[in-house]
Amino acid sequence: MQKTYYDPADLRKFGKITEWSEELGNKFFEYYGKVFEEGALTAREKSLIALAVAHTEQCPYCIDAYTKDGLQRGVTKDEMMEAIHVGAAIKSGATLVHGVQMMNKVNKLDG
Amino acid sequence: MISDNVDMTKIKTQSLQKRESDLAQSNRQLEILSNGIFKNGELPTFKDKISETSQFPLKAKKLEILQINVGYMCNQVCEHCHVDAGPDRKEIMTRETMQQCLEVIKNSGAHTLDLTGGAPEMNPDFRWFVEEAAKVGIKDFIVRSNLTIIRSNKKYYDLPEFFKKHNVHVVSSMPHWTRGKTDKQRGDGVFDKSIKALQELNAVGYGMPNSNLRLDLVYNPSGAFLPGDQRAMEKDFKKALMEDFSIQFHNLFAITNLPIARFLDYLIASENYEDYMYQLVEAYNPAAVANVMCTNTLSISWNGFLFDCDFNQMLELPVNSKSKHISEFNEELLEERNIVISQHCYGCTAGAGSSCQGVVA
Repeated sequence: MQKTYYDPADLRKFGKITEWSEELGNKFFEYYGKVFEEGALTAREKSLIALAVAHTEQCPYCIDAYTKDGLQRGVTKDEMMEAIHVGAAIKSGATLVHGVQMMNKVNKLDG
Repeated sequence: MISDNVDMTKIKTQSLQKRESDLAQSNRQLEILSNGIFKNGELPTFKDKISETSQFPLKAKKLEILQINVGYMCNQVCEHCHVDAGPDRKEIMTRETMQQCLEVIKNSGAHTLDLTGGAPEMNPDFRWFVEEAAKVGIKDFIVRSNLTIIRSNKKYYDLPEFFKKHNVHVVSSMPHWTRGKTDKQRGDGVFDKSIKALQELNAVGYGMPNSNLRLDLVYNPSGAFLPGDQRAMEKDFKKALMEDFSIQFHNLFAITNLPIARFLDYLIASENYEDYMYQLVEAYNPAAVANVMCTNTLSISWNGFLFDCDFNQMLELPVNSKSKHISEFNEELLEERNIVISQHCYGCTAGAGSSCQGVVA
């Protein structure tokens, strides 16, 4: 039994989830593939969004996958870092904006 | 990670051969490509993979492209060079062998002549050969120029005019539209020189819209990953080169790095070898197999030997035919020959496929 929760080699096995639930697995991968097709957004733009979300979700598999995907699409280090900062800004903003709720509560209880 | 005791200066400036690296030996490379994950059954061999779709043995079709490697000498020492080319390589095609090649060009049914190296321009008989070959009237006459050669020495400054005079189709490498990524792969200062050379080619008419003077760029990834979609990359390259440097070109060919020579050395040193082979195998596309370049191309080495492709030439895997040398060239014997394969062939069948002319599927 492995001693860590994450193993980089497991990313390659992602497709195997269909083995235990073929219908749902296939539906998921079909949906996933469709989402990343060129549409109103380019595949390159979608790749950068995915990279940012991979970081906010803190998914090591997704970070590996979309860093490589970005390199394949010619995405530069600067672009990758900027995308991650967008994710980080939303994450920290989402934390801070709840401060308004705290302020409201304080004002109600002790105003 | 590359270990600390490796002298990085040597890595950047010398060929594997000069460094007396183990990997300068083709049989050592072939051994690596056959052992490990391919021997223990973790990944299928290329032979097993193409057998699944009854594509083994892979057979040559009608000859369309003659690719001649006029020598391994080069002014650059690119990190991923599959030729292991560099200034320290002395293998150079003689005029006598070139003469034999000219005879073959005249008599063969090939419509494309493709000169490569090293930097082909460094061969002392290069200009003579181009002048003679241009007279034969072949449909598409390609010279693979690394661009920086044009700016490396005064004696090469007139190359754009020379190419134009002989209606040569120029195909040049450009790993990225940014300085950092280009110089990392091809050496310090390569980006600026390449940009200058492209501007000079544009100035004489190369790469301009509707111009008959063809200028195409070759993109190959700067690291252990596969190339993205060729059309999307072309669009990005065109936009960036136009906006930043007013440079125009015709097409972009996306080429996959094959795991041989210096790229194999890089993959092993950076601990990316297994992952890279997995990527190639997972991206295997049987539709690409039908059009791989070895089925319509012959590669001729600096000393006149015949190979299925430039990669097999570097791995010293000669054609499987009685006609093995340019002096005994026999198109009939070469047609229908079985292509010599190993695991490096996965590089040409991944995704949309890869060849010296870009994607194939």
